[in-house]
Amino acid sequence: MSKLVTDPNIPDHDGFYSELIALHEGRSKAESDAINAKLILLLANHIGDRAILSEAFAHAGKDQQS
Amino acid sequence: MLDDRYDLAFRLYPYARSADQDAPAPVRHPVVIVGGGPIGMSMALDLAEQGVASVILDDHEGVGAGSRAICFAKRALEIADRHGFGVAAHEKGVVWNLGKVFHGDKLAYEFNLLPEEGHKFPAFINLQQPYFEKFAVERIRELQAAGAEIDIRGKNRVDSIEQLDGGVRLNIMTPEGPYQIDADWLIACDGAGSPTRKMLGLDFDGRVFQDSFLIADVRMTADFPVERRFWFDPPFKSGASALLHKQPDDVWRIDFQIGWDVDRQEELKEANIRARVDQMLGPDIKYDIVWSSIYTFQCRRMKKFRHDRVIFAGDSAHQVSPFGARGANSGVQDVDNLGWKLALVMKGAAGEALLDSYEMERMYAADENILNSTRATDFITPKSEVSQIFRNAVLELAKDHAFARPLVNSGRLSLPSIYDGSELNSEDGLRASGFDAPLRTRPGAPATDAPLADGWLLEKLGGRFQILAIGVAAPDPIAFDGGVAEPLAIQVSAEIQARYLGDAPSAVYLLRPDQHIAARWATYEPAAVKAALHRALGK
Repeated sequence: MSKLVTDPNIPDHDGFYSELIALHEGRSKAESDAINAKLILLLANHIGDRAILSEAFAHAGKDQQS
Repeated sequence: MLDDRYDLAFRLYPYARSADQDAPAPVRHPVVIVGGGPIGMSMALDLAEQGVASVILDDHEGVGAGSRAICFAKRALEIADRHGFGVAAHEKGVVWNLGKVFHGDKLAYEFNLLPEEGHKFPAFINLQQPYFEKFAVERIRELQAAGAEIDIRGKNRVDSIEQLDGGVRLNIMTPEGPYQIDADWLIACDGAGSPTRKMLGLDFDGRVFQDSFLIADVRMTADFPVERRFWFDPPFKSGASALLHKQPDDVWRIDFQIGWDVDRQEELKEANIRARVDQMLGPDIKYDIVWSSIYTFQCRRMKKFRHDRVIFAGDSAHQVSPFGARGANSGVQDVDNLGWKLALVMKGAAGEALLDSYEMERMYAADENILNSTRATDFITPKSEVSQIFRNAVLELAKDHAFARPLVNSGRLSLPSIYDGSELNSEDGLRASGFDAPLRTRPGAPATDAPLADGWLLEKLGGRFQILAIGVAAPDPIAFDGGVAEPLAIQVSAEIQARYLGDAPSAVYLLRPDQHIAARWATYEPAAVKAALHRALGK
């Protein structure tokens, strides 16, 4: 049974997205990649549920082009 | 001298010599409007509603060609209806509700504006800007025939402006040479490139986006459904993104995102436009190119919209990228906000604080529009590799996962601003009394339309202060210096209950002449209404 929430769940979604992009402003690609890696680890720890994380990994890796 | 800068769609106000040109001294007018576009014409109509005469100066003899601001939102139509041409615009316009967003050849996201029932006007219509302007001028002609003092002067170009004590002097060029007039108030509705703003040496700061879009309006009898279609990375490769929108007269608007470093003259050659359009539509569809243009975009605004006796409205004061249809729609709302305030100040019934509230409320709206339009632009034209990666990830996830769909941003469509925190607002007495009253009609919000037994609520509102009594007896009119707040009693219906009462049995609303709500209460208390009226006058 799916435990990962895939319905909209972020209030002020445009504000969220804009803050996410702003986090990368003025960074090199390598810096951005490092920021993203830290971000994933921080959020994964917050979620703290192995089943949910595995489900998210599966969705993120699906049909990855290029 | 006075060469046209663009072709005309309709020659509506040919140059005619004014008596002012033969006057021994500059004739003084209460209000002069510079620019006869949708905002300038709406401004004259709004002032006429308040009994204020105006002179409109335009450096052309009619409406410029090109569809330009094609999307007119519900609030702009409601205001146009009060100005007397909303129905004409609606009847001519194309109503659409469905929007589809593609990533490559796959549908990433689909939205339906799902208009709520019980409104006179739909959420949006598509209409070529020249029609909107033409209907406004036709309405002005009707009012002129009935005696309204609106004077449209074509081929009158303002060449310089001198500040006078309590007014301005304008040096105007015409085909028959120069003349001068004076104005107590000058309203600059002369667009994003505002010559008025430049002549006064005023700021206009913000962001320039490093991309450009090619617009092609094509006429064809295609069987495409009436929906907005937007492509990120379109499979037909005619641009980094593309937009297809239907307009009246079998004309379709196509926008291609073509990059920053482009040779404009080369791109605008018919053969090159056709190459892009053919790639999109396929080889078998025949069409005519009606109009084409290349635009770049900026998000910027003036630090102040009023400079003593010169007031800026519309694109002259604030400019947004086109994503979200927030240009002309917000300009019409500027006019709506300004007309009644200026009229009361001119009558001496309100002080300059009321004009300061124009600047405050409409700057708030401009910032909201700039924020939304900037975010959409950043999504459509990502400015870094990582931003592009996130954008494409959102589009891919949106195909399978609902959460990603709201993040897809091809423009957040224009909604009217709610002036939360405006100094003209009084308390929300209805919620303060413990009722779960709808937030959409809180103080600062524009009144929401609703059907009545004999027409529409918004048809009965506006142009003056009103006391809306819902489920209670109509109170007496309240006179104030400069006017009367008139009562209007309406019956409770399901729509009125949902939009104005919530769980309250009755309510009293104080409405401004621009149909915005100044205050509301559960019951009628004359002292509270008088205090709120006083506050809404900027006192």
